[in-house]
Amino acid sequence: MKYSPTRMAEAKAEDQQQGQTEPHDGPFPHAEDDRSPEERLPVDPGEHHDLPDREHCEEILRKMLLIRRFEERAGEMYTKAAIGGFLHLAIGEEAAIVGATLAMRDTDFLISTYREHGQALARGTDPRRVMAELFGRQDGVSKGHGGSMHLFDIEKRFMGGYGIVGGNLPLAVGLGLASDYQETDDVTVCMLGDGAINQGNFGESLNLAALWSLPIVFLVINNQFGMGTAIERASAITDLSKRGDGFGVPGARCNGMDVLDTKDELENALRKAREDRTPQLVEAVTYRFRGHSMADPEEYRSKEEVEEWRRRDPITTFGERVKDEDVLSQDDIDGFDEEAQSTVEEAVEFATQSPFPDLDALYDDLYAYSGDEPGWYVVDERAPETHKGEDLREHSSDAMRELAEAGAAYAKVGDAEERRKRPDPDEGEEPSSGPRDEEGGGD
Amino acid sequence: MRYREALNQALREELEADDNVFIMGEDIGVFQGAFKVTEGLLEDFGEKRVRDTPISENTIVGAGVGAAMGGLRPIVEIMTINFSLLALDQIINAAASVRYMFGGQVGVPMVIRMPQGGGHQLGPTHSHCLEALYLHIPGLLVAVPSTAADAKGLLKTAIRDPNPVIFIEHEALYGRKGEVPENGDAEPMRFGEAAIRREGEDVTIVGISRQALVAADAAETLADEHEIEAEVIDPRTLRPLDLDTIIESVKKTNRAVIVEEGWPHGGVGANLAALIQEQAFDHLDAPVGRVTGADTPMPYSKPLEQAAMPHSEHVVKAVLSTFRDL
Repeated sequence: MKYSPTRMAEAKAEDQQQGQTEPHDGPFPHAEDDRSPEERLPVDPGEHHDLPDREHCEEILRKMLLIRRFEERAGEMYTKAAIGGFLHLAIGEEAAIVGATLAMRDTDFLISTYREHGQALARGTDPRRVMAELFGRQDGVSKGHGGSMHLFDIEKRFMGGYGIVGGNLPLAVGLGLASDYQETDDVTVCMLGDGAINQGNFGESLNLAALWSLPIVFLVINNQFGMGTAIERASAITDLSKRGDGFGVPGARCNGMDVLDTKDELENALRKAREDRTPQLVEAVTYRFRGHSMADPEEYRSKEEVEEWRRRDPITTFGERVKDEDVLSQDDIDGFDEEAQSTVEEAVEFATQSPFPDLDALYDDLYAYSGDEPGWYVVDERAPETHKGEDLREHSSDAMRELAEAGAAYAKVGDAEERRKRPDPDEGEEPSSGPRDEEGGGD
Repeated sequence: MRYREALNQALREELEADDNVFIMGEDIGVFQGAFKVTEGLLEDFGEKRVRDTPISENTIVGAGVGAAMGGLRPIVEIMTINFSLLALDQIINAAASVRYMFGGQVGVPMVIRMPQGGGHQLGPTHSHCLEALYLHIPGLLVAVPSTAADAKGLLKTAIRDPNPVIFIEHEALYGRKGEVPENGDAEPMRFGEAAIRREGEDVTIVGISRQALVAADAAETLADEHEIEAEVIDPRTLRPLDLDTIIESVKKTNRAVIVEEGWPHGGVGANLAALIQEQAFDHLDAPVGRVTGADTPMPYSKPLEQAAMPHSEHVVKAVLSTFRDL
């Protein structure tokens, strides 16, 4: 099937005439697509940009390599069940992440969606604390309350990953409003996926941002699939840079596989948002080389298509360029790669050694208290006695503790004693649970 | 002073007290509020502080959450509680969760104000009482003022509270008059402190939102016609909940009836009945009684609507039924 809205409509009409409800021939239209990947998903290479100086090229490569190696290692740790839940890797999207964040000032806000480990790393969050959060440990950025989809670093103004598609857009409007209200010149960069484009929040948020002239750049990381649904099967208009037009948010498109094109486009957008107080939309066209999450068998696209995109690998292509133009050598690049790998190893080591949160932390950070509030904030119905939440740590009874331990035992990560102490660093042991049980679907 | 004027005064005082406080919502500025709670505020505080929004509830609430995370103290008005259902994503997935899921790195000091309640023939999409829905969600606080004084006092406290507060007004109370302390006369009202509206020895009646007034009416009838002295408690905030005052009262009276306008299943009364039987079982001489709205969407036709709402007679009957075995 050819990739065009008209063709889709025609095909649907034909199918309907034949009494079929499916608008395509087989269950996996891409796998049966007779066009080459290059034909199906052409990428505008964008403008040619001169390489920056050596120092900046180094920074770009270091950051992209750190994200790549971090994600690879996180994937490994997930298969060993050291990481739970879902794990969404950004491998392939490094240029979009690094290009965008390099265009930002330290005081700008970044708010993202759930594929956001790289965003936190690119903003400078300690990789050890990111990995510890994935491991569900006490030293994680969100103290083990958030996990992969809910990283946050207030010091780096990384305002979070969010697990609801499009759920971060209204928050971005609020951050932009706060900057505008406080008369700063900070800009909020709001990253969203192509899947978020069709949420109601998209229209609501872009409209409000434009109506109130808020300094926000909406950056669509278009990796071309909303989970397993290809963009042309979800959006009638697939040029997403146009989707802001009706809301008064001008759009532009960049090559999200090219770090310099992404950075340049974001610099333009940030300048306009900062100086002209006009929100901007940028679409970075990119591709994730791995599945939507680790639980994704990837039956919705062909191996050839993925291979084609891997030939556009943003790290390899940038590396080739800096070598061709004699800015950096292969040895330099290898050195950065080793550095990245050792940083990631340290992060895994740190995460492995960080204790799981104390079970009494269950109710921590739910409410802000001054300490002497009357009234019951939470009711603990998990033990024979009920308790006020703010007092749980102080008044935790033996029975409650026993039941909390009984619950925690289902985590199968050592007994209470083990869980509380930091393992001997010399042993460097990885978590004791067995390989991941692969049953069940993935979000 | 009327309940709506008390709310207006609270907003005005807090806007004056803190430059980071601002209010936004649908038709709150030029139109001055669907129920005139924000009357005069745009004129006095300007468009930066009093912001008319498009009809986009989820984004209005979410923008409030984002602004709170960015250092402001937003007050978001939702025109009617049923409209807040469009914003449940931002209320639950963002406002209630942000502090917890990010390990306490950021808070959400914001107030989401909205009126609820039947009695104005607005039918199934404008008349419901959903305090039980918000009470259900950890991370939120829920205030349900029933008097003008509480409306003002609790709203000021809500605006200053570091947590997200669902502030539920009642449409039928906006025009109701009551004494309101002048600014400065009273200590700031605290969340989690119930008001004992009437003392009594025979039965505890807990009234939620406007039903606190209905319960007080019923108590007079019980005293006049049945020689039953009821203690009437208005919790004022459902989270935090002054459970201690309720339990103490039940231990004295040995009977409890909970009155609310919302639905019975999973209602506030269901929750309180569970807590009371857990904590005062040995003191109960009768099952905990409940009076709720009818288990239906709110009908439009006036007789049907009134039939669907709890009234003083329902409360009297429910109280009497707790005495039937004596």
